Amino acid sequence: MTTEHTAEHWLGRSVKRKEDDRFLQGRGNYVDDINLPGMLHMSILRSPVAHARINSIDTSAAEALPGVVAVVTGDLLAQHNLAWMPTLSGDTQAVLATDKVRMQGQEVACVIAEDPYIAHDALELIEVDYDPLPVVVTPQQSLEPGAPVIRDDKEGKEDNRIYHWEAGDPEATERAFAEADRVVSLDTFYPRCHPAPMETCGCVADVDPVTGKATIYMTSQAPHVHRTVFALVAGLPEHQIQIISPDIGGGFGNKVPVYPGYVVATAASLLIGRPVKWIEDRTGNLISTGFARDFYMKGELALRNDGKMLGLRVNMLSDQGYAYADAQPSKLKAGLFHIVTGSYDIPAAHVVTDGAYTNKAPGGVAYRCSFRVTEASFFIERLVQTAAYELGMDPAELRRQNFIKPEQFPYTSATGFVYDSGNYEAAMDKALEMLGYEDLKAERERARGEGKLLGIGLATFTEVVGAGPSKDYDILGLKMFDSAELRVHPTGKAILKIGVQTQGQGHETTFAQIVANELGIPPQDILVQHGDTDNTPYGLGTYASRSTPTSGAATAVVSRKLRDKARELAAHLLEVAPEDLEWTGDRFQVRGAPDRQSTIQEIAFAAYTNHPQGMEAGLEGVTYYDPPNMTYPFGTYAVAVEVDRGTGQWKVRRMVAVDDCGVRINPMIVEGQIMGGLTEGFAMAAMELITFDELGNCIGSTFSDYLLPTSWETPKFELGETVTPSPHHPIGAKGVGESATVGSPAAFVNAVVDALAHAGVRELEMPIGPDKVWKALVEAGLAE
Amino acid sequence: MYPASFEYVVPATLEEAFDTLGRYEDDAKVLAGGMSLIPLMKLRLAAPRVLVDINRLPGLDTLAAEDGGLRIGALVRTRTCERSDLLGGRWGTLGAAAPLISDPIIRNLGTVCGSLAHADPQGDWGSALLAMDAEVVARSPDGTRTIPLGELFEGPFETSLGPTEVITEVRVPDPGPNAGGTYLKLERKVGDFATVGVAVHLSMADGKVARAGIALTAVGPTNLRATAAEEQLAGAELTDEAIAEAARLAAEAAQPYSDTRGSADYKRTVVRVFTERGLRTAAGSVGAAVGSARQGSAGGEPATTEASLEATERHDYFSGEETVGGVMDELRDKPGGPDGGER
Amino acid sequence: MKVTVTVNGQERSAEVEPRLLLVHFLRDKLRLTGTHIGCDTTSCGACTVLLDGTPVKSCTMFAVQADGRDVTTVEGLAAGGKLDPIQEGFKQEHGLQCGFCTPGMLLASKALLEENPDPSEEDIRWALSGNLCRCTGYQNIVNAVQWTARKLQSDSATTGAS
Repeated sequence: MTTEHTAEHWLGRSVKRKEDDRFLQGRGNYVDDINLPGMLHMSILRSPVAHARINSIDTSAAEALPGVVAVVTGDLLAQHNLAWMPTLSGDTQAVLATDKVRMQGQEVACVIAEDPYIAHDALELIEVDYDPLPVVVTPQQSLEPGAPVIRDDKEGKEDNRIYHWEAGDPEATERAFAEADRVVSLDTFYPRCHPAPMETCGCVADVDPVTGKATIYMTSQAPHVHRTVFALVAGLPEHQIQIISPDIGGGFGNKVPVYPGYVVATAASLLIGRPVKWIEDRTGNLISTGFARDFYMKGELALRNDGKMLGLRVNMLSDQGYAYADAQPSKLKAGLFHIVTGSYDIPAAHVVTDGAYTNKAPGGVAYRCSFRVTEASFFIERLVQTAAYELGMDPAELRRQNFIKPEQFPYTSATGFVYDSGNYEAAMDKALEMLGYEDLKAERERARGEGKLLGIGLATFTEVVGAGPSKDYDILGLKMFDSAELRVHPTGKAILKIGVQTQGQGHETTFAQIVANELGIPPQDILVQHGDTDNTPYGLGTYASRSTPTSGAATAVVSRKLRDKARELAAHLLEVAPEDLEWTGDRFQVRGAPDRQSTIQEIAFAAYTNHPQGMEAGLEGVTYYDPPNMTYPFGTYAVAVEVDRGTGQWKVRRMVAVDDCGVRINPMIVEGQIMGGLTEGFAMAAMELITFDELGNCIGSTFSDYLLPTSWETPKFELGETVTPSPHHPIGAKGVGESATVGSPAAFVNAVVDALAHAGVRELEMPIGPDKVWKALVEAGLAE
Repeated sequence: MYPASFEYVVPATLEEAFDTLGRYEDDAKVLAGGMSLIPLMKLRLAAPRVLVDINRLPGLDTLAAEDGGLRIGALVRTRTCERSDLLGGRWGTLGAAAPLISDPIIRNLGTVCGSLAHADPQGDWGSALLAMDAEVVARSPDGTRTIPLGELFEGPFETSLGPTEVITEVRVPDPGPNAGGTYLKLERKVGDFATVGVAVHLSMADGKVARAGIALTAVGPTNLRATAAEEQLAGAELTDEAIAEAARLAAEAAQPYSDTRGSADYKRTVVRVFTERGLRTAAGSVGAAVGSARQGSAGGEPATTEASLEATERHDYFSGEETVGGVMDELRDKPGGPDGGER
Repeated sequence: MKVTVTVNGQERSAEVEPRLLLVHFLRDKLRLTGTHIGCDTTSCGACTVLLDGTPVKSCTMFAVQADGRDVTTVEGLAAGGKLDPIQEGFKQEHGLQCGFCTPGMLLASKALLEENPDPSEEDIRWALSGNLCRCTGYQNIVNAVQWTARKLQSDSATTGAS
């Protein structure tokens, strides 16, 4: 009897998440939930001033407080060569200040006590004598001749320059500009903001006094890299360090750098012989950990009168804070900012980037930026919108005319990126149709006649993610491959161990789906393990939307390796030649005799009980995947806003988002990622800001000042998709975690500007608070 | 995140509370909702030696309209005000303010009187109650006195209360049946303090304004009365010109300073815009016609109808919700959702 | 001072300093770590618990204030291994990603549904505006609450319960 059998499909399926059960019942295991016997608590004393010499630190009263076990200062660390540590960009950053403090909020001393309340009481008893120094709060200031040298700890350093890096072809770009009919320029600023995940950073460091093994529970998006860095910094042998990222309450790039708190807690645990917990408070998180953006961008687009783009010039100045500490591929000093030609076929481009020190927290690459693609995408989409106004063209038509066409892929951009695949026009047309673009434009005209302000903003972005091919991509020399190790048990269940680290992206479900798609083992039968460096293969971690492109690819590849072995086992079981077997999705069938079959579960059992002589037992493998290229997700976002002429408040009426991330493993999870990203884009456009006064005081170090939108302000999203698979990814997926954060801020800003554009307004700086809109309304003669 | 140590006292009677307050004076603080005090203590910006928790004292949770006025006891939570059917109509200014205060969870514990005692110039209750001529009843071991709100607020976070005085209730005089009002708040997001807030209250008689109350949030060292604007409206007909003039005077009364929320000029503009919109809404709620002096309003067609007031004044924006009394009902009836748009 | 709080139906007592925040009492003394801490300024709502059925921010209350009162934390929602409908709703509608804000969201949502069994999208967004989320963009959380409302209505229709 022939049995009809159709295997289940596991890609493109909105499988409910396996990780939800524990989170829903309050049984997540976040770092602050960890409680070890004898555990101590650490608090950090932070500098109130932005730039000052430290004359003295008196910790005696703090040390005398009952319940305080130790107070650590930079001097103590210096004795163990730990006062400074390397950053992920090859610079150095202070663990605890020794000579100077270089930012408000810098770590100056740590108290380790029996309980966190006492640890904070003791902070008030530490006396620090500061000698204030002149403060530098902008990179323009810091690059002026005669500016105070912030990194005078570096021998021979006489200025505040960090890097200068260029991409593209200056001569070709010059020629393009010489030929152009029109040159449109934009001078804009992407302000400092912060990923602010709901869970702050922290660790529990447990150095066993007997074995010397350091087990560090840490909010880490990249546990293996952190382990290697710890080994290099602390001089602990790497096999004696185990980094465990348990559940992480959001990362968004905030949990990629190594922070002083981790280092001091570990050193303290080593010296004291007891576990030490450090959980950062929100102020510490906002004032000192990896911020995002703070990029000044000026550039020009050269065009023909008919709208054809000929060339692009961009100058960028980055405020890196007091240390060059963000994480980016080591050869690319400004990350992937040179993707700034975006979705357009621009024949010539020249990008010049400079980084400078200031008296602020170190960082810059964070908050779902894909290594500075947020900044690049924002810039080009704002510039193109401006060009449309200058040329009197519809912003959609100007874009359409210049899009890279489907037949041009793989497309080599003027700055050297090789875009894998795309169909930009299809995504834009879909978004315009969903929006009802033509009707909305007509409504905008009518509204203007009635004295109402309606604006429409577009952003047609192309992202570059999946870092990355080893020939070009490394962090601190560690090549940016990623990994997957798969083992199938005798009863047909499996364990998948991966080198990346979820912080809410749902890897326990989606990666199981990848295996299920290749081997037919249902996702609920696959345990996905990550975050424990003793028990997972080496990986570079999760950020920059790289997990699916790298570790996801590795997962598909290792699954296929196992399927190849499964074929041999099935052939042995069924006594046929391997070539006579057909794979149906979850079993091998004999060609022409489909009732002769072996399910994957039967094959797995045989791997341990009935493998052919000469074959190794077991069914497992490990793959380290070196991606051949990056992947290029893209999309179109369209926003309609209304502006109140009396108060300057603006409100999103419609927000349409069409994304193309290639093959979608789990549409529900993909849409969740997109909506989260759109909310962050809205937040940056509307309200998020970390700023500093001229004394370097940080404004934006609590949630009273650093504003996150609630469910009430956040708009509703209408989502659409197109699917243009990646030709080089094993399952055609591209990654999507950051697309919405990258692409949407420009859409929101373009919409608000558009509401006022008929009166000549071209630029509004983020965050666009009602006061800024009001000012523009007054200047444009549009105020109520 | 970790407050300093303190002693905690839970008096069973007001007299016991006075006992402790008398002993410790400025070193003791009264704890009701705690939604202003405890955040300060966590940041160690406040470190009282003693907290006197009045939450278990009986008889302090009255919210009732009695002869002569409205009584709001010391333990009446903002949440209760938000849900009360009482605070519409003539008390509409209060009903409009309640849902706009802080966020819904904080409203569950925060108290009206606690907000007044805290005297934050960015506090909303102060303006809503000032606009309605409210006074507080303050009790101490030495007796009881009533303090008009205008005399209660002395400066930012400073009141005229003595160290042993406790506000036991706030009283609002009955403005009569031909009265109503609203509260408008511009906040950058829910939970942020007001950039600007304007409370408006009108009592009408014979088609004219008998009494106007206009009070301003976050544009001065305390909640401020826009007295000149109120006086200009008293006895006047509500014409477009009168409203515009009152709005202009209210803006003049404001004393804003420039900060990250906006320039002083911006805030003054919002005071003007909100006063104007608030007066129209208040007028609508009492069914008062807003005419134009040029056309002559007596006996004429009203220049705006209540329906068109609704259409022009209703904002579905994410802040500055303008509503008449009965806020929760209006919210339920809103079309479209928070994006406020037709689909 | 000694405090006795009924937590998830069980009487729990401990010796505490007056300054011990309720959230620390729950997390550190009772080892109920489902209630989370996300900020220092009472802004985020990750610490939301139900006090006598009403949502409060447990980071801005002292444990001593809860003496003799009833507290429900996220751990008190599921009964006998079965998820509460609100938990089911969040799972069905993908109303969580990293899970950190989720306990607060669940409890605030549950309290909303008890007061308003058929909330509109606006009602939900209004009621949850004291709970911040960085991952979801809130839309699926709204969907989750509405899913739960429908389920509760159809359950009570089926059982004939009012």
